[in-house]
Formats: sequence, structure tokens, C-alpha cells
Amino acid sequence: MANNEIMTINMGPQHPSTHGVLRMVIELDGENILKIDPDIGYLHRGVEKLSEHRTYHQTLPLTDRLDYLAPMSNNLGYILAVEKLLGIEVPERAQTIRIIMTELTRLKSHLVWLACHALDIGAMTVFIYAFRERETIMETYELISGARMTSNFYRAGGLSQDVPPEFEKKVREFIATMPGYIDTYEGLLTTNPIWVKRTVGNGVISAEDATDIGITGPALRGSGVDFDLRRDIPYAGYESYKFEVPVGKECDTFDRYKVRLIEMRESCKIINQAFERLKPGPVLADSPQVCYPPKDSVYNSIEGLIHHFKIASEGYKVPEGEVYMGIEAPKGELGFYIVSDGSSKPYRMRIRPPSFVNLQAIEKMAKGSMVADLVAIIGTLDIVLGEIDR
Amino acid sequence: MADTNRAVEKLQGNFEASIVEVKQDRGDWIVTVKKESIIDVLAFLKRECRFDMLTDVTAIDYLGKSSDRFMMVYQLTSVPFKDRLRIKAPVTEADCSIGSATQVYASAGWLEREVYDLFGIKFDKHPDLRRILMTPDWEGHPLRKDYPLQGPDREPYKGRLS
Repeated sequence: MANNEIMTINMGPQHPSTHGVLRMVIELDGENILKIDPDIGYLHRGVEKLSEHRTYHQTLPLTDRLDYLAPMSNNLGYILAVEKLLGIEVPERAQTIRIIMTELTRLKSHLVWLACHALDIGAMTVFIYAFRERETIMETYELISGARMTSNFYRAGGLSQDVPPEFEKKVREFIATMPGYIDTYEGLLTTNPIWVKRTVGNGVISAEDATDIGITGPALRGSGVDFDLRRDIPYAGYESYKFEVPVGKECDTFDRYKVRLIEMRESCKIINQAFERLKPGPVLADSPQVCYPPKDSVYNSIEGLIHHFKIASEGYKVPEGEVYMGIEAPKGELGFYIVSDGSSKPYRMRIRPPSFVNLQAIEKMAKGSMVADLVAIIGTLDIVLGEIDR
Repeated sequence: MADTNRAVEKLQGNFEASIVEVKQDRGDWIVTVKKESIIDVLAFLKRECRFDMLTDVTAIDYLGKSSDRFMMVYQLTSVPFKDRLRIKAPVTEADCSIGSATQVYASAGWLEREVYDLFGIKFDKHPDLRRILMTPDWEGHPLRKDYPLQGPDREPYKGRLS
């Protein structure tokens, strides 16, 4: 074999570090990457097409299955878009519980990112620790919604039900211990020579390039762009919470790692603030056109049963119009663009997945580096194929 | 809700002939332009109004509802000004193509590939216009309204969805 021969290899779709079913066709000169062609679509389920044939209420469970590591963020983005179309107000308690759950979801998603990213680079211990903490969040999911991953908990107008009394104690205890756990992860990684060698100077992308290619979320802030939708284009009541937006400097994998760790600490702060203002009250808006009646009235009165049946079978009509709702999901800007023709099904629903656009940058970030660095770059982009392929 | 928008005013001053419609829907500003001028409009917005991020590119199929079958939709975000703008451009079925925004924004690359894949709208001067989610040998464009939900060669589902 000649020394200068260029080799084309296939990474994935079953490669353990590709986080699902990402396949990349890579051209290599020795160990140096010349070209990457990501091949996606293995998990395409046609969520956008399916949603055109389902009512707004029936579309909600589909959104759980986009970024399955952060289901409540997806629910929130979709529900906010529908609420913007309907123009209904959400009761304060529902709003606050949404913030708590969405920030817990951010922690959950970042824990999986940290665990898998560290495991890919060879730090197995962090993986075990991070999944231990994630388990507590999964238990909280189970406690309030009955499901550990596909929560389907939010509703247009509020929540599907109120949280049980033990919810507050469980989450508060967890949030009190979480900063200590983050210290543990930092102790294992931040000054670890192998970790530093593998991440510093890896996957560099400048602020201009990152903005131009549409990167959002922690990956954008790691490149030094101070932009967080929760603060800059606020939604769901985030404007009344105080939190720092961490920004990186060196635009590399290490800075993106630091940004995400600080974000996890800030999420804990937001949850604490939310608990301070959590007051008893209704969790579903008083708009019978849209919201299901209480179960008690469904089982015990004919009016309630008819009301329930009408919403379940016909769905609710949504006024004509079009909205775009972008939220700061754990992985970046998750956008829902919904066009309504006045019926009870979306005329068109477009999901703008953060991972899809972020993954586009992989060639720019990895070109010229070693094939082993590519594994670190996939980790730092924090992709989920469920939302890339939809 | 503001009555005017910084970018819309500038667009109206510079592209009066190309603008088809300006409207506001639930607080979002929407400008519809002719498809011939879409690249100039996007380049102007990036250069003069600092809309430095093209957040999303998608399309809508108005089969049987409008004489121009498709509507291209571009979501723009300005990082320094922290605001958004939506640009739309109608595309007819007979001439199912539009200029590629990759000339202005790098992020349009994959987003336009997806629109090509699922709607069959072609993008002139796109550097790499291939299917992205469906397999390369796929026939048809699944998000078109005349494409059956169950796929082309299958019996329609007789349950509650059909």
C-alpha cells in the first residue's frame, strides 16, 4: 500500500461514540481527516408529516420523542407555540412548575452529555456518577408524569395535573446536593491531564463562523457569543429570574465543557428561585374550549363527559395564523413554526432542531484534525439523532 | 406590540418593488418578497440590519389553496439586537426553484437540502444539493400535501387517521 493513499472509512451508524445512528463517511490521509460527509436520516419517523394528520393534542406526544434526553424542553417549545397561536394565559403555578421541570431537564440532558462525552474520551468514572444523578431526575419525572422519559406532561393552558406533595422535598434535596456533585465531576476532569490534552484546542470554531453556520446553545456560547434565548428573547416567564450566562473564550471543546458545567450550576439557582415563588393555585387555564375538564367531573357528570369526549375526538380549533417559537433547549435553539388554517390540526408544523444545525458544523470543526479527535467533537456538539432525523 | 420594526422600515425603503406583503402576526414581523430578490433581501438584512444568523429555512405547501403552490420561509435572528424577522417568498410549482441562501448564510446548506428532500424545491447555486433525510434513491417528496401519509405504494390506513 502506497504511503500517500487516501482511505475512506465508514464511522457508524453502529459506532458507540456516534450517540445513536449517525453515520459518517470519512476520508483519511493516515490519521488526518480530509473530508467528512455525515449521513443522517436513519431515525426519520416523519414527525412533521404525522403532525399534519393529528390534532394539536395528539401531536404533543410526538414531541417527546424528538430529543428524548430532554423531553420536557420539547414539550415546552411546542406548547408555547400552540399557546401563542391560541393566545391563552397560563396560571402562575403552572408557569413556575414548567420552569422547574424544564431546568431539571436541562440538568438531565447535560448529565448525559457529560457522561457520554467523558466516556468517549476514556473517563469512565464520570459516566457512572452522572448517570446516578440523572436517575434522581428520572424518578422525579416518574413521580409527576408516570413516565421516566416520554413525559408528555405539559398541556396547552398549563399542566396535565398538579405535582404530588412530595415533589418539592425531593427536588429541593436533589438541588441542594447537585453543586457538590458538579464539584466532583470538575475534580475528576477539569485538571485531569488526559482530559485537558484531549479537549484544549480541539474543535475550534470562531464566533463569526459559529453564528454564520447557525450553531446555537452552549456550543455557540463556548465560542464567545453572549446569546441565550432565556435572557435575550425571553419566554415562559424567564425574564423574572436571575441567572448568569456563561461565555467561553478559546472556542474549543474545553471551553464548551466549562460553559455547560456553569450552566448546570445556574439551572440549580433558577430552580431554587422558582421554589421560592411556588404558591398553591390552579395548574390549568380556565379556557374550556382548549383544556380538558377535571377527571372528577368527567366521571361524575354528563356535561364533563361530553366535554372530555369533544376535545379528545375533535380536538380544539386553533385560530388561523402562523407563529415561530424558539426556546433555549439544552442543546441549542429549538424552534417550532406552526401554521394554522383554523382547523384542529396543524396545517404545517416545522421543527427547527438544534442538533441538526449544530451537526452541520462538524466538517468545519474536525477537518485537519485526527480521527480520534472527531470522537471528542461529536461529544462536544451534544447531538441527539432523534431530533436530527425527526 | 410595536407598530414599526427597524428592519421592516429599511426593507420598505430599499426594496419597495420586491415586497409583496408586510404583516404582523401575534407579535412576529413577516415580510413576503418576490423570489427573484430573495438573495438580495437576505444579503441586505445581514449587512445592514445585522441579522447575522439564519435560524431556519423551511417551506409550506399550499396545494389547492394558493396559485403559488409553495411558500419558502426564512427565520432570521439578530444576535446583537436580540430580535427576529421572518422572510417569506412564494414559489410556483411550474418553476419550482429559488436562489440558494448559502450564498449569504452557511447555515442554509443542510436546511435547504432538507427542503429539497421533503418538498422538491430546487435551490440554484447550492453547492451540494442532495437528499438528506430520505435515501438517495427515494421517489417523491414526503412533505408535499399530495404525498400520502402511509407512503406511495401502501394501502391507506383504515383506522382513525385516514
